[in-house]
Amino acid sequence: MGLEKLNSLYREVILDHSDHPHHKHALPDATHKITLKNPTCGDVINLDIQLSDDDKISDIGFTGEGCTISQSSASMMTDAVMGKSKDQALHMAKTFSDMVMGKQHPQADLDELQDAAILSNIMTFPARIKCATLAWWALQRALLKDDSTEDEEKGAI
Amino acid sequence: MDSTLNKIDQDFPILDQEVNDEHLVYLDNAATAQRPNQVVNALTHFYQTDNANVHRGVHTLAERATADYEAARRKVQAFINAPEPEEVIFTKGCTDGLNLVASTYGEANIKAGDEIVISIMEHHSNLIPWQQLALKKHATLKYIHLTDDGELDMEEAARLITDKTKIVAVAHASNVMGTVNPVKQLAALAHQHGAVFVGDGAQSVPHMKVDVQDLDVDFYAFSGHKMMGPTGIGILYGKRELLEAMPPYQYGGEMIGFVHQFESTWAELPYKFEAGTQNIAGAVGLGAAVDYLNNIGMDRVQAHEKEIVNYLLPKLEALDGITVYGPQEPAKHTGVIAFNLENLHPHDVATALDMEGVAVRAGHHCAQPLMEYLGLTATARASFYLYNTLADADRLLEALQATKEFFNHGSRETK
Repeated sequence: MGLEKLNSLYREVILDHSDHPHHKHALPDATHKITLKNPTCGDVINLDIQLSDDDKISDIGFTGEGCTISQSSASMMTDAVMGKSKDQALHMAKTFSDMVMGKQHPQADLDELQDAAILSNIMTFPARIKCATLAWWALQRALLKDDSTEDEEKGAI
Repeated sequence: MDSTLNKIDQDFPILDQEVNDEHLVYLDNAATAQRPNQVVNALTHFYQTDNANVHRGVHTLAERATADYEAARRKVQAFINAPEPEEVIFTKGCTDGLNLVASTYGEANIKAGDEIVISIMEHHSNLIPWQQLALKKHATLKYIHLTDDGELDMEEAARLITDKTKIVAVAHASNVMGTVNPVKQLAALAHQHGAVFVGDGAQSVPHMKVDVQDLDVDFYAFSGHKMMGPTGIGILYGKRELLEAMPPYQYGGEMIGFVHQFESTWAELPYKFEAGTQNIAGAVGLGAAVDYLNNIGMDRVQAHEKEIVNYLLPKLEALDGITVYGPQEPAKHTGVIAFNLENLHPHDVATALDMEGVAVRAGHHCAQPLMEYLGLTATARASFYLYNTLADADRLLEALQATKEFFNHGSRETK
């Protein structure tokens, strides 16, 4: 079979996101910041979120380094949650983590994820699930943190 | 190629399978080796025939199990040329052995202001025990760095190891770069200053002849599973006078002399350091792995791996956009080769190689300080063993070429 199977994982859209990631910049004055590392591979994501007074994500940006999957996942995540409320974003993070674990969700939930839904293929590459979930895990952690401005460095698993 | 070694395939049925519709090429031997039938059969035979607890029963099975366990110890003793079997302690693995030394010898002998010298290429298992010991004792941890070609800077080592140094702990072979370190020289340097030398043999014992007396190491730890033995069994060699003076590592059954309500005495070596029921079958399996390696001969194992590296390394280095870390000369390399492809994350490379049936490791290889020192977050790593062939090296080269083409294809820009 060989590399053609990779096409299911590394579709054009994923490679495009990793080559030209969206929202890949820091937001120095963000209301929510977090740094997460994947200790198994050394990938790191710094996620900055600007929550408006009515709890909407008015801006979001990320920096860091990682593989094609983690970079494109972060790019697609920022696209998907921009403008969403905190609760909506958390719901999407839940949908995403369920989806990559193979749990069923209504089509409407998947549509909400936009490009990120493509990463459901990651299920067939179990070793790479963590790469795909790092950004969503960071989103969840940043939004749920009590002290929202404190930077922290934690392993993602 | 050594023709006998090409016939050992039949001993490793696990290697005869397809993954992702391609014939498996297993190049992750630095993480763990595969086990030959002889080792698997020894485990089965032990469990089906001799299994009992050792050193305490008076019945026949207990005697047989004890004889099997102690025979395995003597096989390992001969394999590393340890003077006495009592100096060969069964552990859970290399990590366990190094922690044992840090938390017994280190605990008893390191004081505030003392110095511990290790190298920047250490695996976390030969780094964190010393780092934490130094923190706890207010001692100073010092690192020997590398020369430009990925070898240990021995001039720096000579400067760092002084009369303040109490422990020098260095890997015999790097698990990332494949560098072989001059352990004998380092042990001599340590001894000149009254320090002990601790060798991490995880990546050396499986691949080359190791003689602990010739090296004159004080402690030397390694794992069974990287030399085709079972997981969960390892060895710590230590010089008798040092082991005798050390406090026990763990307390419990088997490691005692006499136990009274408010005090106890300890068993003789090696049992002082083997508390609780040990991994008896694991020891038996390790003994079978030693037999297997002896039947082939460590000189031939090393020559075989050298031949693969001599063949592969120049071809690898000739690939466009590849960086090979560590020594560039095949002669200075074990069968462990770390590399990266330009603009590609090693995890993407490892997934692509896996699709081609080639199993390599990607990540920081439990050597984060080395990665930081080299300015990297991760690398891919191919590591060879005695059952690998030149054809496997070719498969790796072909798969790397296909990987590059895949990721550079179509809309993917070349940076």
